[in-house]
Amino acid sequence: MLITVKYFGQIAEVTQKEEEELEVAKTSISKLLETLNARYTDLKNKDFQIAQNQELVSLDTELTGAEIALLPPFAGG
Amino acid sequence: MSRYNRHIILSEIGQEGQDKISNAKVLVIGAGGLGCPILQYLTAAGVGTIGIIDFDVVELSNLQRQVLFGASSIGKNKALAAKARLQDLNDAISINAYPEPLTYQNALEIFQQYDIIVDGSDNFETRYLVNDACIIKNKPLVFGAIYKFEGQIAVFNYENGPSYRCLFPTPPQKDAVPNCSDIGVLGVLPGIIGSMQANEVLKLILGLGDVLSGKLFCYNALKSQTSTLKVTRNSAIIQSVLKDKDSFKEQQININCQNETQSISISAVFPEDSIQFIDVREVHEQPKITDVEVTSIPLSRLETFLDQIDSSKKKLIFCQSGIRSKKAVELLKNLNITNCFSLLEGASEINNYLKEHKKSPSDER
Repeated sequence: MLITVKYFGQIAEVTQKEEEELEVAKTSISKLLETLNARYTDLKNKDFQIAQNQELVSLDTELTGAEIALLPPFAGG
Repeated sequence: MSRYNRHIILSEIGQEGQDKISNAKVLVIGAGGLGCPILQYLTAAGVGTIGIIDFDVVELSNLQRQVLFGASSIGKNKALAAKARLQDLNDAISINAYPEPLTYQNALEIFQQYDIIVDGSDNFETRYLVNDACIIKNKPLVFGAIYKFEGQIAVFNYENGPSYRCLFPTPPQKDAVPNCSDIGVLGVLPGIIGSMQANEVLKLILGLGDVLSGKLFCYNALKSQTSTLKVTRNSAIIQSVLKDKDSFKEQQININCQNETQSISISAVFPEDSIQFIDVREVHEQPKITDVEVTSIPLSRLETFLDQIDSSKKKLIFCQSGIRSKKAVELLKNLNITNCFSLLEGASEINNYLKEHKKSPSDER
């Protein structure tokens, strides 16, 4: 299935893009993360949470959504 | 015509709503990029009691975004400089300036005095401290944070909603996320995010609209794009914070920025009780400081005379220009001697300051 992956803050700097479309098998969020880690090797050094269809999810969640977001924490003020 | 006429003629606010604003007590953590617009709008709106906590001093590079300050504020403590500006904007409200760092030791007592806490700090250590203190004191937290051209806003700990830890359970590794002073920030961005935080504060006070609780609002200034992500409460995480509340005060904040935490202006800390001044210059160096009691330990002999350092007091270390005093703080920190600060001013400036302020110490709180 075709999904859109959005990248925020420092994550977008690692991926060099703010979003992309990916064709993936029906899988889990953690499998998707493995795919992304292989594609962007610096990703594993970053802290972030994952949202599926605008809702934060854990790694063992099934990948069902059309939109995935990788959200890092910001500290600046 | 009343100062608040434009609020009062809104049927959603009215005199009743304006009275709620006047009775509200709001604490703003940090008077920096986010804190300035937050404070400006809350003051203009007439929030009756506003607290400002910031230990840092205004620098020229702050003026690009920290809109409460001007050239005349440079070198002054931010909480005190902000208070002076805001009191001119609205003299009918009461403003408490805390020119000191927020710590695990002072947070609970300060938070206790306010209804709403607004986080405009610039580091993860403070943000987690603020979040946990809000959980323990059961105060709603209006969160805002920025990175380059992006911002995040949320209301945490509101009516059994999630806390910041439900979103990001633990702080990232040190240095994993740089801050504004290392990487830069578009000046108007904290203006936008801070104004949105002020908006959430007023919604909380007035009970208007939908509070941004259980959601994280993300804004990208370059793309003009927004996303709102749903965040759910993790009761186990909140319970674990509550379980440790008795040992909260025993924790030490360890902010990982070199200049900002350890260097401090004398105007931010004096007059205050429990201070030990330590002169790390060689004994022959002039001028001597005579207006206050000073412990003299040259930097080269600091480790030999550790017994002269009073662990119960805040240590203010100075030298001729501020370089050796920084080294001394670093050295003491490595020896696990805490509560040490390097004074930004050299001995002669300290002398001038003490001569001006000694006779009439003003209580700024």
